[in-house]
Amino acid sequence: MKNNIERKIVIPGEIITKGEEYLPGDGTEKKEGEIIAIRYGLAEESNRLVKVIALSGVYQPRKGNVVIGKVENITFYGWVIDLDAPENAFLPLQEIPKYVNKDGLSDVLDIGDMVVAKIIGVTNRGVDLTIKSKGLGRIDEGIIMKINSNKVPRVIGREGSMINLIKRESGCNITVGQNGLIWIQGDKIEDELIVKRAIMFVTEKSFTHGLTDETREWFEKGKGK
Amino acid sequence: MTKAFKRPDGRKNEEIRAMEAKVGIVPNADGSAMFSFGDTVAIAAVYGPKKMHPQHQQNPEKGTLRCRYSMLSFSVTERIRPGPNRRSTEISKITEWALEPVLMIKRYPNMVIDVHINILQADASTRCAGINAAALALAHAGIPMKEMVSSVSMGKLDKQIVVDINKDEEDWEEGEGSTDIPITMTQDGKITHLQLDGKITSKELKEVIELAKKATKNVYEVQKKALKDSIKDTK
Repeated sequence: MKNNIERKIVIPGEIITKGEEYLPGDGTEKKEGEIIAIRYGLAEESNRLVKVIALSGVYQPRKGNVVIGKVENITFYGWVIDLDAPENAFLPLQEIPKYVNKDGLSDVLDIGDMVVAKIIGVTNRGVDLTIKSKGLGRIDEGIIMKINSNKVPRVIGREGSMINLIKRESGCNITVGQNGLIWIQGDKIEDELIVKRAIMFVTEKSFTHGLTDETREWFEKGKGK
Repeated sequence: MTKAFKRPDGRKNEEIRAMEAKVGIVPNADGSAMFSFGDTVAIAAVYGPKKMHPQHQQNPEKGTLRCRYSMLSFSVTERIRPGPNRRSTEISKITEWALEPVLMIKRYPNMVIDVHINILQADASTRCAGINAAALALAHAGIPMKEMVSSVSMGKLDKQIVVDINKDEEDWEEGEGSTDIPITMTQDGKITHLQLDGKITSKELKEVIELAKKATKNVYEVQKKALKDSIKDTK
């Protein structure tokens, strides 16, 4: 918002800009030299790439996203994970950092467990996950909250400014899944609840300019009490 | 010499009833909208895209649009029996056909987008209000669309062509009676839906379509404003 990028609200079929030099990005289409929006949201232009940032709608899984899901089923080859997305994802046995016995799948992850995972591929057959990286794996403690997945970029902030502020102020570990689930882990339940309130504050005010500063003020004023 | 033609509610021939539109009225839905023409009020809620169940109805080539139009039992003076009937099943299908050409549904194989349209108050033109609300709700749900569609019901009362007919006009009995022509079109005048109930000559029909182009522009402006204003509200 600060980089002088002009943002405007567009609706499907609206012409964003004209000119051959522009490239169509997410949520746009090029037709006879015009960049046309095909989604409802905020249009943004940077380096001649025009894209539309969605403001509503369901989460669409993408490769590389870190997500939080719930184990829904156990099969012979892995786990079926519910991501609160149109499709369920699959976590195969090979993507576990240690050897797992064929009978011991439920010892690693049981039905109902929450897990932090990364999307390694989205094909038309489904979404594949891995937990073979740092910071991924089963969630044992803390609280989980759900926000609208379109507000995730606001909660993280520019280069993580917002989430780092909240982490610093509360002393909690926070993992934000791109699908809108957030895992908060702190020493005291009170700290975790402060984080929850802070995130609710951010999502409610998600269109304000300079929101990080406002959130800092919010913390100073007594954490929304 | 015949008397000058006058509409029962005193509107001009090409005048649409007062329109109102609002998006985001159903918090639990992925997208929702309300649209009204005077006393006709429709609300639409979109759920999805989500996996199609039962599995045998899944289409691996493209997604499915599933509309459900329903008039609530208190929407008319005489209570109507709730639930699907012959008329609502037909209008549901018509709504799907009116919206599908602009939806980029190919991106969602094996999935379904559910659109529920409910008529809160009926004073004719309910299917048009329903389509307008559904188009708004689909845009609000972030579903890719080539463009918006706007719908308006044209009419011919005796020999006079009018825009946006209400219940009194629908029941017109003088002269040639009333002809009801609901039309849905995009901004550049491509027709996605046209129904015709009554008598009309091909010359008159061409005139109706020309007039509908102008009328849908007005509807489009209302839809556009509703979508743009919904973001300002949350500021």
